[in-house]
Amino acid sequence: MIAIILAIVLGLVMISMAIAALTAYRVRAAVLASGIVSLIASIIYLLLAAPDVAMTEAAIGSGLTTIIFFYVLNKIRRSDV
Amino acid sequence: MYKNMFIILLLAGFGLLLGSFLLTHHEYLSLPQLPAYYADNTAPEVGAANVVTAVVVTYRGFDTLGEVTILFVAASLIAMFLKHSKAPRHDRHPRPSSVILSTSQKLLFPLIVLFGAYVFANGHLTPGGGFQGGAIIATGFLLLLMANPQAEFKHGLLNAIESISGTSYVIIGILGAILGLGFLDNRFISLGQLGTLFSAGAIPVIYSLIGLKVGAELSNILHHLNEVQNEE
Repeated sequence: MIAIILAIVLGLVMISMAIAALTAYRVRAAVLASGIVSLIASIIYLLLAAPDVAMTEAAIGSGLTTIIFFYVLNKIRRSDV
Repeated sequence: MYKNMFIILLLAGFGLLLGSFLLTHHEYLSLPQLPAYYADNTAPEVGAANVVTAVVVTYRGFDTLGEVTILFVAASLIAMFLKHSKAPRHDRHPRPSSVILSTSQKLLFPLIVLFGAYVFANGHLTPGGGFQGGAIIATGFLLLLMANPQAEFKHGLLNAIESISGTSYVIIGILGAILGLGFLDNRFISLGQLGTLFSAGAIPVIYSLIGLKVGAELSNILHHLNEVQNEE
């Protein structure tokens, strides 16, 4: 029962973060919001008894992808597109 | 107007799809045929305590080889496009990272790499495996690069780890075909006792090689991206 309530709360936070990523004015905030979506997705995978998928999602989805977005964003700003 | 109509139609279709899934969903009281086969036969046939790993590395081993190849091609293309140009190098002077980040990096980096090695070496016993362990090791290197953006890795070493482990993976697959029952068969090394570290034949070897390869590839991508930040 607690797991279901936790999953519903996390799902609501996830959807609101996804909407924030779409509507955010600054790109940096949008990248951070999409990182949070991945982080919460990894917790939900853990609740759904898929720990190996959760590990991949936490490391790649919220860790590496967010930072790669920041690297590319910095590079694009520098070369002034 | 038309755009809004389109979005509403798309959402309604998605809702209909999910609703029909929800209405027709029922719990299986027993496992369907294919999962039941894996659940019953993994331990005697493959000798791995973790069924997911047995499926990924032996029953569907050829697909894993394909995934590793895709990652290799992606890493090589990134290295090709982000090659060091001869453009005048613009020395970057980033703000020094905070004391909290640099101190915790020194403490956490060895622990993260150790945890990644644990995850891929125990892939046949506990959840996780080569890809997960490699990704965890790469996040350790990411922490290193964030705390010290001027850090230099040895590209040659990373490339050597990557190519040696990739080649050994294919060689082990061919050894399975010669000594065992087929390509990527794990039974040419003795299966050992179920649930111990040295069990499941070639699975721990294959998963350790995949872990090293994925970790080296992802760290290399991160280092390439970090390096080109210095150029104009």
